[in-house]
Amino acid sequence: MSRVRLLVGTRKGAFILTSDGKRKEWKIDGPHFAGWEIYHLKGSPMDPNRIYASQSSGWFGQVVQRSDDGGATWNSVGNKFAYNGVPGTHQWYDGTPHPWEFKRVWHLEPSLTNPDEVYAGIEDAALFRTVDGGQTWEELSGLRKHGSGPAWQPGAGGMCLHSILLDPTNPERIYIAISAAGAFRSDNGGKTWKPINRGLHSKYIPNPTAEVGHCVHHIAMHPSRPERLYMQKHWDVMRSDDAGDNWHEVSGNLPTDFGFVIDVHAHEPETIYVAPIKSDSEHFPLDGKLRVYRSRSGGNEWEELAKGLPEKDCYVNVLRDAMSVDRLDTCGVYFGTTGGQVYASADAGDNWQAIVHDLPPVLSVEAQTLA
Amino acid sequence: MTTVRVELPAHLRLLAGTEYEVGLEVSGPVTLHSVLDALEARYPMLEGTVRDHTTKVRRPFLRFFACEEDLSHLGPDALLPEAVAEGREPLLVVGAVAGG
Repeated sequence: MSRVRLLVGTRKGAFILTSDGKRKEWKIDGPHFAGWEIYHLKGSPMDPNRIYASQSSGWFGQVVQRSDDGGATWNSVGNKFAYNGVPGTHQWYDGTPHPWEFKRVWHLEPSLTNPDEVYAGIEDAALFRTVDGGQTWEELSGLRKHGSGPAWQPGAGGMCLHSILLDPTNPERIYIAISAAGAFRSDNGGKTWKPINRGLHSKYIPNPTAEVGHCVHHIAMHPSRPERLYMQKHWDVMRSDDAGDNWHEVSGNLPTDFGFVIDVHAHEPETIYVAPIKSDSEHFPLDGKLRVYRSRSGGNEWEELAKGLPEKDCYVNVLRDAMSVDRLDTCGVYFGTTGGQVYASADAGDNWQAIVHDLPPVLSVEAQTLA
Repeated sequence: MTTVRVELPAHLRLLAGTEYEVGLEVSGPVTLHSVLDALEARYPMLEGTVRDHTTKVRRPFLRFFACEEDLSHLGPDALLPEAVAEGREPLLVVGAVAGG
């Protein structure tokens, strides 16, 4: 029988949650790397027992961990992320030039075909890759040096490269997103890049339709429709049907279109999920009611999903990498909150239960579907 | 060859899988540079966590104390106190006190 394993990164360690296919009873394992911030963990699609974890600390810097046995044991691998060449400058919050400085790894995206190959999205924004299982990391510097880099600026959370999407039908095509620069695409395996932000409108930058400068919070894709992208921007939920060349808003009837996460149903490329957050100044749900919204039409028409979620007095946030789906027949949907809850739905969002209530603030959730 | 005692903060003990204090064999002059070289040689997973990989500059939220003195701003090649070099006193690697 199939099983599900959730890899949960928190402010104070990693937790591994496992269940059978019913997804009702869960075993909680952790904390791993207790006391360290775990921004993200993700398993290889080729070998789900090969898991990479980003472990970091304001005091002690960056460590990358690797497990070859599904998270039972871990070994640290390479943690040297050196920018290629002279890093130069990007914009600081006040618009002045600021040197590029490595801070941490936000997101690890294992290759679709090789367990030893992993992409790392880092702060200050750049894309790195390892091809030796994490021992060494090399920057794909065509992104940072493609021309607009000096104009990139940090969002409040830092200038992070947080989303990496690999096209399963075209190994040369990679999408990434940066706060607050925008989305970018490479069609040659990461050598060269172009901004793909046409159609975005951001009132908080001098030119609301600028080529770069948009605070993209997350992007998502269904593997069977790799040219259709979904985006949760700072404000606005957006969709592109042409690989990011053009975007249009699909916020529709959402009660607020601010938020961080967005994800796609495992078997229905038109079914997407967001967790609306009140506003950029109030990072919690509207009216104290935690809600997920689902669209079965690729956006615009949204339905509220509330069964099992808090009805009142809920003032948590759902951060950008903290939602994931499994691939079981009835798609499971999962998300974690800054209040330390991890919620699960075994029926595509219709009903929810809290797997765990009191973890440290959740930074990321990744679901693995195991045979 | 001298055995220098180094006390590590909890996060680094967890990462390296060590006890509170480690003994490091240091050959030649006992300096911050030589002690940290010996630390990283024995515990490679600590590379980059105490000082920068390339510049070897101390990470900003870390301090080095010994013999009731703050040695954080001692030059990397300056001699550490005799009591540290002879193993009578430990070199303390200390994380800045901060919340969270």
